[in-house]
Amino acid sequence: MGQNGEVWVWVEQRRGELQRVSLELIGKGAELARGLGVGLGAVLMGAEVEGLAQELIEHGAEWVYLAESQALRLYDNEAYTRVLTALIKESWPEVLLMGATSIGKDLAPRVAARLRTGLNAHCIDICVEEVGGRRGVVYLVAGFGATMMKLTCQRRPQMATVRPGILPLPRRDGARRGEVVRTAPDLGGAPLRAQTLEIIEEPTGEGLEGAEVVVAGGWGMSTLGGFKLVEELAAVLGGAVGGTRPALDKGWITEWQLIGQSGKTVSPKLFVSLGASGAMHFTTGFTRAKVVLAVDQDPKAPIFEVADVGIVGDLGEVLPCLIEELKVGR
Amino acid sequence: MDIIVCLKQVPHPEHFSKVTFDPVRGTKIREGIPAVINPPDRNALEEALRLREAHGGTVTVLSMGRPQTRESLEEALATGADRAIHLCDRAFSGADTLATAATLAAGIRKLGRFDLILCGAESMVGATGQVGPQLAELLDVPQVTLVKAIESSDSGRLVVRRALEHGYMRVMVSLPALITVTRELNTPRLPSVLGIIEAASKQTLTWGCAELGITPDAVGLEGSPTKVVIIFQRQAGQGRQGEVFTGPAPEAVRKAVARLRELVEL
Repeated sequence: MGQNGEVWVWVEQRRGELQRVSLELIGKGAELARGLGVGLGAVLMGAEVEGLAQELIEHGAEWVYLAESQALRLYDNEAYTRVLTALIKESWPEVLLMGATSIGKDLAPRVAARLRTGLNAHCIDICVEEVGGRRGVVYLVAGFGATMMKLTCQRRPQMATVRPGILPLPRRDGARRGEVVRTAPDLGGAPLRAQTLEIIEEPTGEGLEGAEVVVAGGWGMSTLGGFKLVEELAAVLGGAVGGTRPALDKGWITEWQLIGQSGKTVSPKLFVSLGASGAMHFTTGFTRAKVVLAVDQDPKAPIFEVADVGIVGDLGEVLPCLIEELKVGR
Repeated sequence: MDIIVCLKQVPHPEHFSKVTFDPVRGTKIREGIPAVINPPDRNALEEALRLREAHGGTVTVLSMGRPQTRESLEEALATGADRAIHLCDRAFSGADTLATAATLAAGIRKLGRFDLILCGAESMVGATGQVGPQLAELLDVPQVTLVKAIESSDSGRLVVRRALEHGYMRVMVSLPALITVTRELNTPRLPSVLGIIEAASKQTLTWGCAELGITPDAVGLEGSPTKVVIIFQRQAGQGRQGEVFTGPAPEAVRKAVARLRELVEL
């Protein structure tokens, strides 16, 4: 094994396929490990997944802690919690990063609670800096309105989740060397009380992540009675429709169209925000968009601070004009 | 089946952007902002009522929060819950997800036995989705999060569908257990007139640290392993152009689109 006090990334694989967010976290983990002067470990769990270790090393992992067992073939909260917690208790990493996927969000809080440690959710960034007179790790999280919060974690390991697509993918370098450490997964003696029977794949088809244009609506669309004009504008631009949490609450979009904090992170050529005030919970979902167009009736709305082009006006007047104007030349 | 539903009171979405933070304590200031039951928590309550209809038993609603939280608990009673527990103490404020889960766990231990705990998958505030799994761990029961359908239920176990990004997992879980639910699960009913009348005779208990037998340093801000260092306004711009067009709609739109066409090929 490596040393105590390392930075660790929990690597998520599904059916033997690495989840991209795990590689993104290895990039961030390498930066934190350098800042703290410690090693970077990747925890790889599953059945017959050793073949993935090289890819982790080439992205920056110095150690790959491999836990293989048939009991880990499909994700199971109890089995995964037991094995990961046992590994942590063996070498007490300083930091443990996990992807905020549907599986990471299930596992991370369970492990954090078992260890009675803190877990900062959906971080926008994580850095090593001077806090209270000593070097430590700080976690940036979206606050209310247009605010951000900087947090610390007072217990060990310091745990955090980051959504897919927030961090850049690190460069892959075939010359990097690392070591694979085989561990004996400790599943504990007690029987498992939940069992994953099967995984059913269903294409969701919304295509938000890969869309070149995304048109998203917020609470302000309630003055127009819903998302009709959002959808119309998206159709004109050939884009996908997304929305804010209040839009989800109104039933205008599905959970999978939610953009921001606990929803999707998109990086289209053009992102259009309609009737959203610009709360951090929403705007963190499109920081990587090439160009942002925002429309809102409130000239002071923080959305205009994160837009390249803004239009202030009544949505009922602006949107029909905008749709007509964008039809020109199409 | 004895079911506990955890509810959270959250600011009304229309007023979402008006909630501010206390820069010293790092806690939310939401005076004068209307509050509602966190939307997926309503789905949790609805499912509890349906399971009670199918299997008999009781539905207890539990919430940690400031005194106004009582209104949300009363709404849940009027919707059909049998009794309500309000965990309320100044010492609970400023709690992170672990300290919140510790407080809820203390309340549930005091309640005694249960078959199932239902929570909304995440709150509109914070949206971490962490309290459910952390509560399950502190009570040592299995969890299934992001449940979008219940395939079958009996007194000993549930078979549920847990949402994934592109599909779902079928999970069989033995009771007692905790599940967190998404809004796809069902369509919540509204309180009825009869329900509102009946709610007046239902019990709401309020418990603080003393009743729960916990010390203030284990909960709230003090019991939270994550600490807010600083809250700041987002840096303006984030490298964006920030050209804002105002005035009569046709002209503002025409100018804005012209500028947009310079920046991106439409």
